[in-house]
Order: sequence, then structure tokens, then C-alpha cells
Amino acid sequence: MDPQPEPVSYICGDCGMENTLKQGDVIQCRECGYRILYKKRTRRIVQYEAR
Amino acid sequence: MSGEDKNLHSMSESDSEQEDVGKEGIEWIMNLPDVPMKLPPHVELQRTRVECKADAPIHTDTIQYSGAYASLGIDNSLRLDSFRKNFKIEVIDLKEDDMEFDMIGIDPSLANAFRRILIAEVPTMAIEKVLVANNTSIVQDEVLAHRLGLIPIRVDPRLFEYSDKDTPNEKNTIVFRLHVRCERGKPRLTATSEALTWLPNGSEFPLVSDKSVSNSKPKTYTSFSCSQDTLPEFANNPIGPKDGDIILARLSSGQEIELEAHAVKGMGKTHAKWSPVATAWYRMLPEVVLLEEIEDELAEELKNKCPVNVFDIEDIANGKKRATVARPRACTLCRECIRGEAWEKRVSLRRVKDHFIFKIESTGALPPEVLFTEAVKILEDKCERLIAELS
Repeated sequence: MDPQPEPVSYICGDCGMENTLKQGDVIQCRECGYRILYKKRTRRIVQYEAR
Repeated sequence: MSGEDKNLHSMSESDSEQEDVGKEGIEWIMNLPDVPMKLPPHVELQRTRVECKADAPIHTDTIQYSGAYASLGIDNSLRLDSFRKNFKIEVIDLKEDDMEFDMIGIDPSLANAFRRILIAEVPTMAIEKVLVANNTSIVQDEVLAHRLGLIPIRVDPRLFEYSDKDTPNEKNTIVFRLHVRCERGKPRLTATSEALTWLPNGSEFPLVSDKSVSNSKPKTYTSFSCSQDTLPEFANNPIGPKDGDIILARLSSGQEIELEAHAVKGMGKTHAKWSPVATAWYRMLPEVVLLEEIEDELAEELKNKCPVNVFDIEDIANGKKRATVARPRACTLCRECIRGEAWEKRVSLRRVKDHFIFKIESTGALPPEVLFTEAVKILEDKCERLIAELS
């Protein structure tokens, strides 16, 4: 395991608010209390052919 | 054909061009008094015109064979000097992106070759690779990439090389960056081609696999040895999309697109996005001939028959009216005017076989007149290659 677990941000499934969670945090939106959070899209570059 | 006709004709021919006799070669032979020069009119009509009858056009083929009229004693071979003398180009209309011109005295096979080369073989630059870093819009990555590919780019493709398998460099690649975001709580945002910004220094995305020393400049998707905006061609003429109002995507609040688009040189035969023309086409010159005087009610009827208003009515003596052909160029060959009882005997619809009304609509990379000269150069290259192959 990593020595320092990095905070990861998630998107609330209800209000769309961005939430930053660390290991052990309650999975709940800080804005509206909704309990379903989605992971964001990776920043890794995807290459497409424009055809 | 009668012998008198031939002689009469050749007589007048030799009279008018007496002074040319004495020149060397073909000119001299053609001016000999007993060489017939012209076909009888009905054969000449078949040779030079397509006649459009109510059911179908007739005499649609061009006569290539040099000995086609040998039995009349007439030489039908195509000679370079006569082609040079008779070939003409008349520019009718020239705008920034459109052009109409008449190409006169050329075989349809050559006119068609120019059209096909314009569409498929004159190169341009178009976006080929799209590197998506982030796209949370509802337009899928591959659909967005395809849309980007079709954007016409305002840059002279002659300044670039075709790209090879190596890392792209400043001689063969143009890099654009697109970064648009619709902030939370804002109304819907329309991302247009205007948002594409040119990166003259090449890609800004680092290669992930690159594990080089951290203090050196990270490797990116391109390796430019110099900035493109220091090159004299682009210093005062930044590269960008031809039109800024092409819609790429509509973003709702919180959505974002971040990507890089790499444009390379290519040809329309690989993919239509590289075609430099929206379209290039031609039609043969219409010729409308009234075979008899068409007067009064008939003239009125004829004028009303034509949907593109080819005919006019003029007043002649005694309060009578007569139909005239005023705008034959507008004729679309709908054949309305030769439909119905006896009309085919009054009006003859024809097309001139060697007169082409050529239209070029450029997408904007190069002006239409330059595109045509480029097409001519490409055909020239092809001919040279063929000659080299044969010799």
C-alpha cells in the first residue's frame, strides 16, 4: 500500500458536486448527503483517429 | 457528299489563307487547295453537339479516331498546334471561395480528369490524430474526433511535407489545442472551431512512458526543432480553422473538453476530409435553337413552358410577337420545352461537346484558381511519370 493515500475527488450522483475523499471517509456528498459518488474520468491521454 | 461542295469549300479556304502557304510542315499540307477542311453541316453537328430529344440524348459520344472521316477525305486527328490555337479558358466569376469558368476546346476525358484530381488528389491539411485528455461532454470521444477531422484549416499545404512513421515534427504537423469548460451554474456553452488554438511549439502533452531525468524538458507527442511562428510563412499569418463558427459540441454546466488535435497533410482519396473542394463539377454548354419562327400564342406558351426562363418574347411588326432564346446558359436540360405535340420539331436542345462550364467551390485552404493550377500540375506530373516509364 502507498505510504500516503492521496485524496481522490468524486462526483456526486445527485447534485454533481465535486467531493474529495480520503481513505476511511464516509461515502456521502458534502453538499446534499447523497450516497452514490462517481469516480472522475482519467486524465490519461487517449488517442483517436479523426476518421 | 457532293464533289462540288468539297471543291467550293476548299477554294474559299485556300483564298483566305493564301499567305500562309509556304510555312513548313502540317500547316502547309493543310492549306493545299485540294485538302477538304470541313465536314458537311449535319455530320459536323453530330460531331460537335449532343442533341437532346424528348426521350433520350443522341450523338453523345466524342469521335476520337483519326480516320473516322477518311471516306470523306477529312483528317480527324487531334493535333497539338490546333489544340493550342483553339483551347480557351474564360473566367466567368471569381469569388474568394467559388469560381466559375468556361473550358473550351477540350475533350471530356481531360475535363473529367481535372475534376477528379481536384476532388481526390490535391492535398490539404486536416486533423488526423486527436489526443483526448478530458471529455465529459455528451459527445463521445470518437464522434468528436471525427467532427474535428472535417474542419477546413486555413493553411497552404504546399508548405508542409507528408508525415512519416517517425515522431511528428514542425515540417509535417500542425498542433491545435482545444480546452473549453462550462462552469457550474452557467448556462449551456457552445464550443465552436474558434476555440481551437494553434500551438506553434508543438504538443504540450508529455509522453507517459517517458522516464527521462526530471530536470530536462519532458518528451511530448511531437518533437519540433523550432517554433512554427518563427518561420517566415506563418510569422504574420497564424494558422487556424477557416471558419470560426463550426459547432463542435454543446457543453452543459460542469462539462469540459480538453484535447489536442494534430493536423497532417493528405489527399481526398484517402479520406474526404482532405479534399480541398466542397465540390468541383462541370456541365456542357447548353445550346437552344428555334428551328422555325414561333409566334404569338405559341411564343407565349413556349416562354411559360420553361421553368428557368430561357426564352424571351420580342415584338415584331404588325403587333406580332416572336419567341427568342435569351438565356441559353440557364438551361438545365429539363426538356419541358420539347415535350408535347410537335414541339420537338420547333425547338432543338443541344449541348456543345467540347465546352465545359466548370465550377470549383474551395473549402478555403487555397483559393479556387490556385486549386485548378495545382490540379493541372498534378496531371502534368502523371504524364511525365508515364513518359519516363515508357522511355
